Amino acid sequence: MAIDTQIGQELKRKMTCIVCPTGCQLEVEKNADGKLSIIGFQCRRGEVYAENEITDPRRVLTTTVKIRNASLPLLPVRTTEAIPKELLAKAMEILAQVEVTAPVRTGDVIVTNLLDTGIDVIASRDMKRTEDVA
Amino acid sequence: MFNTHYTDVAIIGGGPAGLAAALAARRAGAEHVTVLERNHELGGILQQCIHNGFGLHRFKEELTGPEYAYRFIPQVEADPNIHVYLNTMVLSLSPEKEMTAVHPVHGLISLKAKSVILAMGCRERTRGALSIPGTRPAGVYTAGTAQRFVNMDGFMPGKRVVILGSGDIGLIMARRFTMEGAKVEAVVEIMPYPAGLARNIAQCLEDFDIPLYLSATVTKIHGKDRVEGVTVSQVDNGWCPIPGTERYIPCDTLLLSVGLIPENELSQEAEVSLDPRTGGPIVDENRETLISGIFACGNVLHVHDLVDYVSDEAEIAGEAAARYALKQTADGVLNATNGKVDKFAIKPGDGVRYVLPQRVTKGAEVDLYLRVSQPMDAITLSLSGLTLARKRQVRPSEMLKIRLKAQHWESLLEAGNAEGRELCLAAEPR
Repeated sequence: MAIDTQIGQELKRKMTCIVCPTGCQLEVEKNADGKLSIIGFQCRRGEVYAENEITDPRRVLTTTVKIRNASLPLLPVRTTEAIPKELLAKAMEILAQVEVTAPVRTGDVIVTNLLDTGIDVIASRDMKRTEDVA
Repeated sequence: MFNTHYTDVAIIGGGPAGLAAALAARRAGAEHVTVLERNHELGGILQQCIHNGFGLHRFKEELTGPEYAYRFIPQVEADPNIHVYLNTMVLSLSPEKEMTAVHPVHGLISLKAKSVILAMGCRERTRGALSIPGTRPAGVYTAGTAQRFVNMDGFMPGKRVVILGSGDIGLIMARRFTMEGAKVEAVVEIMPYPAGLARNIAQCLEDFDIPLYLSATVTKIHGKDRVEGVTVSQVDNGWCPIPGTERYIPCDTLLLSVGLIPENELSQEAEVSLDPRTGGPIVDENRETLISGIFACGNVLHVHDLVDYVSDEAEIAGEAAARYALKQTADGVLNATNGKVDKFAIKPGDGVRYVLPQRVTKGAEVDLYLRVSQPMDAITLSLSGLTLARKRQVRPSEMLKIRLKAQHWESLLEAGNAEGRELCLAAEPR
């Protein structure tokens, strides 16, 4: 559980690292001078995660968009990088309006520069046209 | 009547295990590999797992399920000697490695292989296995079925959801339903600790303020035609509901994420012996079952939490199945070194739920995969008294891997604690 305890200028937060399945339990403390002290990580990526989680929390968005002329009605997509957490809901609204047409290849760009983040949304699988499917 | 087809290595199932096994069998020299897949496409369950987090160990990248599958599918399709039969359901398998299957064009077909790899995956435990009291309305789904509806078929099963069980699929679906606009009221777990990975508790529940009730279960389902709500009660140490703790949660959908069961009907038909702890076949370090020439890998063998380990395991099975097929003469009789090797049994001891492989050739350097029986802060893993490794923050949901090395064997055999050809793996708190 992400627990915040604010005592004066100091901030202490417990969090689970989500970078890999190990799931290290991290403790971040913001000292009075504004510096972060981070403990509990087993690799450098955990330290970076904790820092970002305090300053600019981000998540990779994975969802689907509508697709025409394919064997399935949905195409799975994802952002090429993690986007700011507070943009997730807005991004879902935008992607709900998107409709593409098969064929699509893995990695094809579906939305460029999502919400001015500079990050694209790409297809995460191939989808053949129905008439091309034997 | 129908013709019998012949192949070197037959693989039942074209999911992550079957795909990696097929490629490994070809690399190891098998001439003809046949993959039998009942779905209309390869990839198995990965195709509906559209979230990221796959492949960190193997590819050092965070891939989605379909992307992980596409690391294998094009290679399988490009190899003219891997014969893929889609929409093909295997109906029977004999210890002599003869299969019958239904194919959409050829009808009933018969296939005989020199070696067989079981890669059928697993199924979800359903409401029927839980005996939840109450009515039997629409709106009760297993989490994986809901995942397929939402991610592939474009249906939302409901708007207000309670999830029973904190397995990874349930946690992933809690996030997915929330992102698609549904309200997930709670995740309810009978154990005092979550069943899924810690990272999924963080990124699927805490990110969206979804409550997780531990030591609690659904004690009644309400609603006549459609689910209208569930009663959730706290349970005691014996999983008995505690009177007076009931709370009613209105909802239109109940998702079940209460465990996966290896799908071994075909294995049993082929007289393959199963381990009651894993629900899958008993295997040696080559993932060969007790029926010579029949191998198993992936979730049909034991339920994995990471697909990376499925691929690793499938490569072991694929390579060994190829070697087995190559050793066979035309008339199907083995011509060398089959059978008579010195095997030791590896049994789970204190603190260990299961260990795999269950049989190991004397002296073989192998990775042992295990699950502990409860969460522990720090443990020492020992094999019949010999310390192998120390681990921290272990939980049953996270499979552990330790290497049994040549020097371990020397110590074990010297000290005489490998008597009775049985070794016992224990996890002691320290």
